[in-house]
Amino acid sequence: MGRMSFVLRRLVLLVPTAVGVTIITFFMVHLIPGNPAVTILGQRANPTTVAALDGQLGLNQPLIEQYWLFIDRLLHGNLGQSLYYGVPVSGLITSRLPATLWLLCYAAVIAVAISVPLATLAASRKDAVRDHVVRVVPLLGLGMPAFWLGLILQTWLGVKVRLFPVTGYGQGFTGHLRSMFLPALTVAVALCPVLIRSLRASMLGVLGAEFVTTARAKGVPTPRLLVRHVLRNAVIPAVTVLGINIGYLIGGTLIVEQVFAVPGIGSLMIEAIFERDFTVIQSVALVYGVLVVLVNLLTDMAYVALDPRVRFDA
Amino acid sequence: MSAVSAAPAPAPAPAPAAAPVRARRARWYRQPTLMAGLVLLAIILFMCYGAPLLTTFNPDTQNLLQPLLGVGQGGHLLGTDQEGRDTFARLLYGGQVDLRVAVIAVIFPFILGTILGSLAGYFGGWVDAIIMRIIDIVVAFPFFVLVIALVFVLGTGEKSIYIAITAVGWVSYARITRGEITVAKRQEYVLAAQSGGLSSLRIIGRHLLPNVVTQSIVYAMSDIVQDILAIVTLSYLGLGIQPPTPDWGTMISAGQNFLTTQWQLTTIPGLAVVITGLALSLVGDGLADLLRTGTS
Repeated sequence: MGRMSFVLRRLVLLVPTAVGVTIITFFMVHLIPGNPAVTILGQRANPTTVAALDGQLGLNQPLIEQYWLFIDRLLHGNLGQSLYYGVPVSGLITSRLPATLWLLCYAAVIAVAISVPLATLAASRKDAVRDHVVRVVPLLGLGMPAFWLGLILQTWLGVKVRLFPVTGYGQGFTGHLRSMFLPALTVAVALCPVLIRSLRASMLGVLGAEFVTTARAKGVPTPRLLVRHVLRNAVIPAVTVLGINIGYLIGGTLIVEQVFAVPGIGSLMIEAIFERDFTVIQSVALVYGVLVVLVNLLTDMAYVALDPRVRFDA
Repeated sequence: MSAVSAAPAPAPAPAPAAAPVRARRARWYRQPTLMAGLVLLAIILFMCYGAPLLTTFNPDTQNLLQPLLGVGQGGHLLGTDQEGRDTFARLLYGGQVDLRVAVIAVIFPFILGTILGSLAGYFGGWVDAIIMRIIDIVVAFPFFVLVIALVFVLGTGEKSIYIAITAVGWVSYARITRGEITVAKRQEYVLAAQSGGLSSLRIIGRHLLPNVVTQSIVYAMSDIVQDILAIVTLSYLGLGIQPPTPDWGTMISAGQNFLTTQWQLTTIPGLAVVITGLALSLVGDGLADLLRTGTS
């Protein structure tokens, strides 16, 4: 199977998942106990406003028709009207999406920059002190609340040392780079333990391979051996792990954006929760779902691009 | 484990099967990771549940005359919060709440995921196809996004936390159990049970699950960590444990306004979460290592 048909096949497989994602976000409104319109607007809302919201959400129609209406709007790029801001949700999301994507890519780069050297260090001598340290210290990151780490970094590196801006998105590329460093680092810390672990394990696997023994016998110096021979081969499983955990990474941006006041879709969702803006919450959840599905697709592609041995009929 | 010990024939046979079990039993306390995790966890549990022995302060008693005391001031080990409540007492009692909710929150997805995963793995075919498609859809959402959205929709409080975490968390258990059962169902003891005419439910419940459930238990350890993070995050956003009930998330949230002056109000509860997470991760890792060496 060729490269093109592999891509097409992946795209076709996306369809049921994408439909499922719309079904879940659609049904969210029906999980609201009692009358959703009353719950959203509050108990003291007058009946006219409730009826208007019922109409806007399509709650006065049969379920199937409601879903069709939802899909029909969605396909026309209409995510509905924000209940709080009173503007189309699609506009809100498109204005907020770049910051989130920036944060995601930046965090992934930082996570890789931290994980690769540490994993190499650990794998270079199995069961040595450095190996144990690299294995245990990142475990701290696993149980670290992202918002807490964000607050601490903000206070120490932002307020006390004034090394980085405390909040915001910054202006221009270098501005973004500086302003988003602390949020990106916060998101990256959560990902590093998983990445280091998988990278270390796959490097240890590669170290046992025959071509490594051959390289050693040829007298290839250890640093060069680790980087050129081992790391290159070990990085492929790590990309898969990065892909599998991308949902977790993306979820991590939500709260971090809030802490650092990054104008992304995560902070938009949390603002919407405070304002009980249901349509925004629903739409942002949908966008997050689509984002994860697309990033998973990209990881598959990266996997194929990185390793010429991957066959396309998988 | 009852299925394992019941399966082999009477006298001479059990020797090879029993040896690794005995070795495993003898070895567990020599696992440094597991021991470190268990000791740390025991200390945390003792501090939280032995709170009345460690502090005489009531976590909910306000003293508006003594707000925001520093570490050690006025007889308060970790000072007081903005309402004059003892931070140390709130830390310990808050730990009780967070740990209890996290452990309960793991049980429901564990059960649901194990049931659905074993059905998918054992029956295969369309049952498997449907369950796997649902899993694909649920994992398409970032964990926090779906949990936060669900808790918002269901209303704040403990019950919503349980429902939301179950709705999202079952997929991991289902995947693990399905994978294990797909392999285990081809083994001879299952074929023997099938040819003996036992019902599918009995084979899954009595023969397969006892043999495959350990992987899920190991995973549950790291899952508790994730649940604690979810609960603390929800509380930080005001969607989780509701004040005045003490909990680490609301403590961090309330303390963040005083971060530059009273650092301990935010830093200490956060550290408590990190250390609890570390303890559980160590236990999980140690158990996984133990099982790996036990089976190889």
